[in-house]
Amino acid sequence: MSWMAWTTPTALFFVIIAGLLIAFTILAVRFPETPRRGVLGIETTRGDRLFITLLGSAFINLAWLGMMGAALQPWALLICLIYAAAVFRWV
Amino acid sequence: MDKTVNHKAWFLVLPVLVLVAFSAVIPLMTVVNYAFQDTFGNNVFFWNGLGWFEDLLHSERMWNALGRQLAFSAIIIAIEIPLGIFVALNMPKRGVWASLVLVLMSLPLLIPWNVVGTIWQIFGRVDIGLLGYTLDAVGIDYNYTQNPIHAWVTVIVMDVWHWTSLVALLAYAGLQSIPDAYYQAAKIDQASRWKVFRYIELPKMAGVLMIAVLLRFMDSFMIYTEPFVVTGGGPGNATTFLSIDLVKMALGQFDLGPAAAFSLMYFLVILLISWVFYTVMTNLDKRGG
Repeated sequence: MSWMAWTTPTALFFVIIAGLLIAFTILAVRFPETPRRGVLGIETTRGDRLFITLLGSAFINLAWLGMMGAALQPWALLICLIYAAAVFRWV
Repeated sequence: MDKTVNHKAWFLVLPVLVLVAFSAVIPLMTVVNYAFQDTFGNNVFFWNGLGWFEDLLHSERMWNALGRQLAFSAIIIAIEIPLGIFVALNMPKRGVWASLVLVLMSLPLLIPWNVVGTIWQIFGRVDIGLLGYTLDAVGIDYNYTQNPIHAWVTVIVMDVWHWTSLVALLAYAGLQSIPDAYYQAAKIDQASRWKVFRYIELPKMAGVLMIAVLLRFMDSFMIYTEPFVVTGGGPGNATTFLSIDLVKMALGQFDLGPAAAFSLMYFLVILLISWVFYTVMTNLDKRGG
């Protein structure tokens, strides 16, 4: 596995993503839901909203890094959390 | 009838998951790991945090390549989609000619990318190429190896030549699926040719055209071989698109860290645009478009 150049932070990142995917799969099996139409005008399920959250968070982090620099990066996660809450509430 | 729920059936997807893990997920994970580190070879890595991402976000080189890439994709879509529709509208609908035209239209699609590049690289040369020589003979000072505008025109015309038939074939398939009754109704209403196109043909083609735009966008956004063979990214950096720049960084300079960070950003843009197209397409389907 050394060729994959693992580090603790990147491993943690993938564990969190995998954990989210597993949690949402269990949620989908236990509590099936019907898609709903939100502010974007498109039908979304919980899984879609997770995808929109993760993809949007990647761009928020990049934009923050570009504008504010690496030192303040943890604050970007706070914005991501607010964004995630907004996506799950309104999208 | 109720849909059968059988969660055990998911195990049948396992072989595909293993295949995708080996061909996509594990390499992508490795790229993520590389993006945060620096290496000088021998599998020894040094933690670099967000350094590469920060460098790239402030790198004029990457923004310029992205700008060129977006301009290229926008230009070829703006040409190929209307041209493809125009060709499809004028293709014979049935008979021997229809089959012949279909075969002829498929020909450019069957030629491998590097061969297309080589064809145009020679075709455009002033000394031995038919196009370059002819243009030179009629007094047009054409030279794609020295003039950036000529290089762009050559690369765009090459892409239009290679891929317009894909759009035409898709649009043609869309047109063929329109029942005659629609045209008869339009005739009774004395609809003009434009109105038949606007209110019957275009809405019926919307689904396939969306697929055509998506395919052409994705393909042009990752274009590498053709411009690499024709111009090598030059003159200067004039036709250095994202993938050409990425390969220069990863394999030319062997800067694995920055190249990995570059790849991830490239991947995110593609993911975003694909999602937008996919969402628009599925919503079109739901509305019965």
